[in-house]
Formats: sequence, C-alpha cells, structure tokens
Amino acid sequence: MSVAGDLPKAGAPSRAWVIPLAARIEGLLLPVAALLAGFAAFALFLLLLGKSPVDFFALVYKAGFGTAFSWSNTLSRAAPLLLAALCVAVPARLGLVVIGGEGAIVLGGVMVGGLALPLSGWPPLIAMPLLACMAALAGAVWIGAVGALRQWRGVNETIASLLMAYIAIALMNHMVEGPLRDPASLNKPSTAPLAEALRVGDLPGWNVHWGLAVAVLACIFAWVLIDRTTIGFAARIAGGNIRAAQVQGLPVGKLVIGFTALGGAFAGLAGYFEVSAVHGSANASLASGYGYTGILIAFLARHNPLAIIPVALLLAGFEASSGLVQRRMDLPDATMTVLQGFVFVAILASETFTGRLNLAALLTKGEQR
Amino acid sequence: MNGDIGLWAVPLAMLGGAIRVSTPFLFVSLGEVITERSGRINLGLEGTLVFGAMSGYALAFLTGSAWIGVLAAALAGAIFGLVHGLLCSLPRVNDIAIGIALMLLGTGLAFFFGKPFIQPVAPDLPAINLGWWSDLPQVQAALRVNVLFLLGFVLALALAWMLRRTRMGLILRVVGDSSDAARALGIRPARVRILATAFGGALAGVGGAYLSLFYPGSWNEGISSGQGLIAVALVIFARWSPVNCFFAALLFGAAGALGPALQSVGVTSGYYLSYAAPFVLTLVVLILSSSKSGALTGAPRELSITK
Amino acid sequence: MLKSLTRRHFLSTSAGFAGAAALGGLSGPARASGDLTVGFIYVGPRDDYGYNQAHAEAAAVIKAMEGVTVIEEENVAETQDVQQTMESMINFDGASLLFPTSFGYFDPHILEVAPKYPDVRFEHCGGLWSEGMPTNTGSYFGYIGMGQYLNGIAAGHATKTKKIGFVAAKPIPQVLLNINSFLLGARSVDPTITCQVIFTGEWSMAVKEAEATNALADAGVDVVTCHVDGPKVVMETAASRDCFICGYHANQSDLAPEKYLTGAEWNWATVYKDMVEKTLAGAPIDNFVRGGLAEGFIKMSPLGPAVSDAARNQFEATKAKILDGGFAVIEGPLKDNAGNEIAPAGTAYEETDVALESMSYLVEGVIGSTS
Repeated sequence: MSVAGDLPKAGAPSRAWVIPLAARIEGLLLPVAALLAGFAAFALFLLLLGKSPVDFFALVYKAGFGTAFSWSNTLSRAAPLLLAALCVAVPARLGLVVIGGEGAIVLGGVMVGGLALPLSGWPPLIAMPLLACMAALAGAVWIGAVGALRQWRGVNETIASLLMAYIAIALMNHMVEGPLRDPASLNKPSTAPLAEALRVGDLPGWNVHWGLAVAVLACIFAWVLIDRTTIGFAARIAGGNIRAAQVQGLPVGKLVIGFTALGGAFAGLAGYFEVSAVHGSANASLASGYGYTGILIAFLARHNPLAIIPVALLLAGFEASSGLVQRRMDLPDATMTVLQGFVFVAILASETFTGRLNLAALLTKGEQR
Repeated sequence: MNGDIGLWAVPLAMLGGAIRVSTPFLFVSLGEVITERSGRINLGLEGTLVFGAMSGYALAFLTGSAWIGVLAAALAGAIFGLVHGLLCSLPRVNDIAIGIALMLLGTGLAFFFGKPFIQPVAPDLPAINLGWWSDLPQVQAALRVNVLFLLGFVLALALAWMLRRTRMGLILRVVGDSSDAARALGIRPARVRILATAFGGALAGVGGAYLSLFYPGSWNEGISSGQGLIAVALVIFARWSPVNCFFAALLFGAAGALGPALQSVGVTSGYYLSYAAPFVLTLVVLILSSSKSGALTGAPRELSITK
Repeated sequence: MLKSLTRRHFLSTSAGFAGAAALGGLSGPARASGDLTVGFIYVGPRDDYGYNQAHAEAAAVIKAMEGVTVIEEENVAETQDVQQTMESMINFDGASLLFPTSFGYFDPHILEVAPKYPDVRFEHCGGLWSEGMPTNTGSYFGYIGMGQYLNGIAAGHATKTKKIGFVAAKPIPQVLLNINSFLLGARSVDPTITCQVIFTGEWSMAVKEAEATNALADAGVDVVTCHVDGPKVVMETAASRDCFICGYHANQSDLAPEKYLTGAEWNWATVYKDMVEKTLAGAPIDNFVRGGLAEGFIKMSPLGPAVSDAARNQFEATKAKILDGGFAVIEGPLKDNAGNEIAPAGTAYEETDVALESMSYLVEGVIGSTS
C-alpha cells in the first residue's frame, strides 16, 4: 500500500508532491482523532461507573507525563517495549506475523545470566558489547529459526513463534533453577549476578537506563533499513506478494530468515538490558509480558519503526499512571488495560478511513480550478 | 480402596488430564474453525475466553445456576465476536490487529469487573461418572466427565457434518475461499463472516466458563494460562477440521498432564521441561506434517495468514 | 448457609464499591487525615485466599489506626514496575513507610530504590536483609514451618493410605522447610507415612495446580496441603477428590469445611502494627525481625470437624511445646531422601536457627527431588 502512495501517477499535475504530503498529514490526523475517540468512549465508561473522567485524565497526565519523575517512569517502561515491538514490526514487512518475541527476550536474558560468571573479570569495553551481541544472537537464532521453519518446511510462523515462546520460557526456568542457578540465590532462584563493572547504568542526568537510547537508535536503524535501502524495498515487495518476488528473482529465503533473525536480535537485546540494567541476574521475572505488549505496539504503529516510538511512549505512560489511578480513584488495576483496549480498537478501526479524507483535493483546491 | 497402580498411573493420568484439560481448547478451536473457514482470523479469543470465564462465574454465583453462567458466557462471547466481525467488515481494517486489541479489551474488562468475584464460591457444572464400572478410584476420577466435554465431542462431529453436507457449510466454504465467487452466487460475504465470528466468540466464551465453573473451577486473574491463544494455534495444527480439533485438544491436554503425572511416580528432575511437553509435541507434529511447498491443505484461501 | 453468607459478604463489598464510586474523584486518600502514609504493594490480587490476602488483611488493620493513611497497589510485577510503584508512592502520596510484600521485590528492586530515599523506610517480607545493606531497609518473616509441622500432625492422624501430598511452587528453602516440616509432623504420628511432592514451577497457575492435585490423588494421597500464592484451587480440587486438606497462608476452611483439618496462617497484623506504632513514636525498627507462634506472627486455623480427639490432643500438646520455645523440627538423627545424613544424632535446629533459611534438601520419606 505504502509503495503506491510514494509513486506519482502518470499524467498527474505538477502538484504531484501534494499527494504524499496529504498522505502524511492524514497519517497523523487519523490516529490522533481515533485516540481522542477512544478517550471519549472510555470517559463514557467511567461516567457510567460514576467516576469522574476529568479526574482520571488529569491523573494519567500527571503520573505519566506531568512531572520529571513521571517522565522517567514512562521512559523506563518504554525501553523494553520499543525493542519488543521491533521484533514484530521487522518481520511484518515481509507479511510475517511473529507473536513469540517474549521467547527471544527471555533467552537473551538467560544468555547474559549464563555468561555473567565466565566474563566476570573481563574489561567492560570488551565484555559489555560481547554480552549484548550474544543476547542478540540468542534472540536472532530463536526467531530466525521461526523464519527458517517457515521458509524450508512451510510451518506457519505465527503458531511456531507462539509455541516456541512457551518452550523458551520453560528452558529459561529450567536453566535458572537448574544448571545456571547461583547456589547463593536461595529463595529467588537466579543465575550468578553480573559483575558491577558490567552493569548498564543510567543515561547521564536521567533516571533511565541506556537501553532507552539503544532502543531508539534501533528503531531508527530499522526504519532506514526498511524504508531507505534496496533490501528493505525488496522485502516490501516480497511482503506484498511472495510469488511475484520469487519470479523477479528476489532472494526471498534470505529475506525471510534475515528479517526474522533481525527481529529476534532486537528482542534478545531487550533481554540483555533487562538483566544488565534492571535485574542484575537472569531469573523468572524476565518473562513479564513485554513481548506480548510489543505485538500491540507494532500493530498500532502499522509496523513503521519510527511510529513505534510515540506509540510505545503512550502505552508506557498509561502504565506509569496505573498506580496513581488505583490509589486515588479506587479503581482496579485493570482500568488501564480497559483504556488501552478502547484506544487500540478505535485506532485500528480508524484505518478504514485511510485515503478517504481526500486531503489532497483540499490542499490543491483553488489552484487547480 | 486406594490401590497402588504404580507406573500405570502415568497413562491413566494422561487420559484423565486429556479429558479434564482439553475442553477449553476444544471449544475455542471449534469456534475458531468456523470463523477461519469464513476467511477471518480472530486472534482475540484469549480475551473472550477470560471474559467468558468471569461472566460465567459471576452469573453462576449470582443466580445459583452454573448453566445460566454458561449461557451468559456464550452470550458475552458472541458479543465480542460480533464486535470483531463488524469492525473487520470495514474496508482496510486488519483482523489480526483487531483481534489483539480485543484480547486486551476482553481481559481488561474481565479483570475490571471480576474483582468482587474472586472470593465467592459459585456452583460447579455437573459431571457424569463414566468410571462406575471400575473399583479403582484413579479410573473413576479420570472418567469423571463433564457434560461440556461430551457436548464438545458431539459439536465437533456436527460441525464437520455441517461443513461438508449442508447448504450452510457450503456457503461458509465458498465465502472462505473466494469473496468474489460468493458474491457471484448472491451471498454477502461480510454478513456470513460476522455471524461466523460471533459463533466463534460464543464457543470461546463457553470454553472460558468451563475453566471457571468446572476445572479448575474458580475465577481468578490467573485462570487462563494462554488457552485461548493456543487454541487458535491448534486450528492451524488441525488443518481447519473440527474432528481434528477434537484430537488436537485431547493430545494437548494429555501432554499437559504428563508433567505432574511423571512427578507423582518419582520422575522429578527437569520438571519445567516436562511441563513444556504440549508445546514441544505440537511444534514437532507441526513441523513433520508441513511441507516445503507451503501448501496449507484445507486452508481457506481468503485467510490473511495463509496468503 | 455458607452460600448465603458469602453472598451477603459480596453484596456488602459491592455496596462499599458503589459508595466509593459516588465520592469519586481525587479525594482518594485524604492526605490531611494522616501524619504517616503507609504503602502496601502486592504481587497478585488482594483477595487470593493466600499470600496476598494475608498481607491485605493486615493492611486493613493498619487502616483503622489513628493518624495513619494506607495506600495499596496490587498486581505489581517483580520488574522495574515495582521500583516505579515505590517511587510513585513516595513522590505522589508522600509515603514514608513501605511494605513491598512479594519475595522477589527485594533484590534488586528495593535495594536499588532505598538509597535514593533515606527518609523512607522499606520493610520487606521474606528475610534477606543482612549487614551492609541500606539501613533504611529491613526484613521480617515468620517461622511458618512450625505451622506446617502442626498441619502434619493433623494430617498424620487423618491419613488412611499413609500417603500425604504437597503441591509446591518452586524448590526454594522456605518451601522445602514447609514440605519437610509437614512430613515430620505426620511422622511424629506414624513413622511409615510418606509425603509426595509435586512442583508446579509457578507461584500462581490455576490449571497446573489443579492437575498437580489430581496427580497426587491418583497416586493414593489422601491429605493435601500446598505452598503456592493462592491455595484456593488446590483446596477445592483436593476436597473434590475426597482428600482432607490443610490450609496455608490464610484460612481456607470455608472452601470445604468438612474436609479442612487446620491451616498454617500468617498473622502479619502483629508485625505491621508494631512497626507502624514504632514509626509514629519515632522509635527505631530492627532491620531483621523474626517471630513464630509465640510472637503471634503466625497462627493456626481452628481445628475442623474431621480432626479426631487423639489428633487434637497431640496437636495441642505440641503447640504448647512450640509456644514454650526451644522446640526443633529438624532433629538428628535425620537423613535426606537421597540417603545423606543431614543431622547426626544429638543435633537439633530450633526454629530460630538461621541455617534453616538456606535449606536445600528434602528429608527421608518425601517423594520428590529439589531440582
């Protein structure tokens, strides 16, 4: 779809640039309008329960975006979500629906936990990138295998990635409580703690770890790859029609395995930061659902790596404000899940208006006739 | 009385487990077969299942009748299905994405309204004792079959017959294979898909009610461990055949009982790995039964994930 | 009878809900009414018939105290979520005493946040505080193994098959001590009794807990207890399989009154009241707090109707001994279930012995392994 939007039609007037511009504006306007519609529906829901929507949104703003602490809360939550969403968005460019990113996150984390002891004395400048690469590799192999199964055996990638996520979590639990367990971790079975020197700290002057910066860079990298390179162009063609791509001689097999592996690598990296910046060792808390939230973000962002950033921030902000809403308004913790449900249904349903706002005609009005 | 049956306990426990655990998978996957046969995929049945579990439990508790609970769950599920079906009938709206959003909404609403029902005890669905002929309590327990399980079995046969032999089945298959062909025959694909998705939602709701009203038989926020999501995957595994769904659900349930059964006969190490048996088994069978040509035999051609 | 009771309970709570809804808005916890704001954080739902409910019931007692405002948050994951929740309670609500109650909250999360807020007190349930950790953190725990020993006595008298069962989450020291205590209590009645243990691998996973309970019943077990976060499913499933049940964490007797023998319950109100009173008075709190039956940290559910007189007598006599102090469950000669000696004759580990907090074995007679 997006391909067609970029190509001016033959015989179009000289104002052909208006069409992509209009598409851009519409691409911004529609989701924002849908977001507001979702808010309105949720406000109605609150009114029916006898709660004040004004108070509610004031609290969400305050706790999600209103103070310096709120921002650090929101940004810390966003970091793993960005990487988890990329694990869905990158393969999606090939038309693949990968929903098992949780598995790659968990295995990336276990990889770091398992290497914590062997690398404990190493200089950080070597050990830290090595750990990050190994975690990314673990994720890449796991999700890459999903791509390989799809390519070579015709196994549906959605179901394979889901099943493999459950298997990965079982493996993680087995390793953490069995072979990799630090005997000193008594009541919370964990791998040996990562040496202090190898921990990832906070961004200078912020209360947020470096994972956020890396995740944002990863989104930009993925966007450049998909939108600005020939590989990305080939992938988009293959995503539209695999048979056509094969006929044109595109290396579909390499693309499928490469893109799934890349997505997995991003998720593995999320596991790296969970262990090295948050937990300090690998344990069962690694499986905390970031992978599944990532699916949602990627679909909302229409698999556009740059759009993932604002969507993840919005979601993280909701989650950051959940506690205050619970405490101040006596609403259950699931309130935020309901709000997210309303908002996401609204935004996804709004896609039906894509291309129907006719902004191009509005922009050129008066000059044409 | 309690005879010691040694290693026989393992296959017996797997049989019992298959019957006890499989029902939610069976209902959700049967519903999803109908939805997918019409050319839509509803990934959100996990949310429908959880909401069904909550509403079923709540209504059973408030009215004192477990069957009213089941009806309520089916109704709630049908509404979720209807919403999915209607939204996805709008042009350019992605059914997978809407499914994921509805999964969130269903789970959220279930947890939101389910808080006051975690504590109370609701009446259970009745079970039929098919093990009356045996003296062994293990056999009797394994064959304590819930009515819904039997209903699911009959439903699987009925749906298979419906798809193959009835006009309704033909319409469904035509719509699932080609919207254009359907329109040429004077069928409105969108309407068929909306109804098929509503039906799928209703069955998923019943699957949830089984969880909260029979086994494990209580409502809490951890009641589903992904049954709704896995059941959707089992549909692909079962190649869109209702009868296969029955066997897939049984297999999955039996494999799930392996972990605790092995521990009870003394095979205790690596229990996380034996708990993963259902997932490994499903994946292995899936890999073995797929082929490079990627031809998903039995797949409805309008289905987005098989295109 | 029972049903009408629970229904009335439901109606009253939902009426309360509606009342709160009517008030609505930001009024929430009125900051002005309290000099001290106390925050409770739970890993699961507050009404799980188990771990979280035990803490929430105690929080309700604190709520009634003069000059104290209680704020609560449930379903907080053991990730950076809990770090943010603690900071949010401090920054937005002015909490100065926090009870993050889940075991996994301590390391690294509390240890990470506590140094940033030296004026806030962080009290953690589980018992990991040691010298060198931030002094504004502390840990408390109770000797609940004694409760499982008493459970075992009731179970030992009730079992006919001489097999009792234990549904456990993970093989960690606190759980192993409970399993061992349960069996040793039963063996004080009849030394031929064995205890089958099944690990579910998760603190809260309803279907697995039900399957584990069924597997125990299939193996011929006729008394069941557990150590998972919410025992409701285990208790209901075991009772439906005609097993007797011994409770854990909280009182589960209304789930199956006829089958319920007794239960080992937490009584956190004792601890919380003491800590809040000390904070209000400006007195210091010990960083390492422990207590058992005698101190009122734990309590036993009233004995059920199925408990025989013989069982009752032994139960009460042993309870009296425990209350006197010096009673040891782990006492030599004792072997683990692999045949290794763990306590030679003449040695005894009293409940206060810190060595018990790193237990890594299952005693002879327990069927199961720690890995």
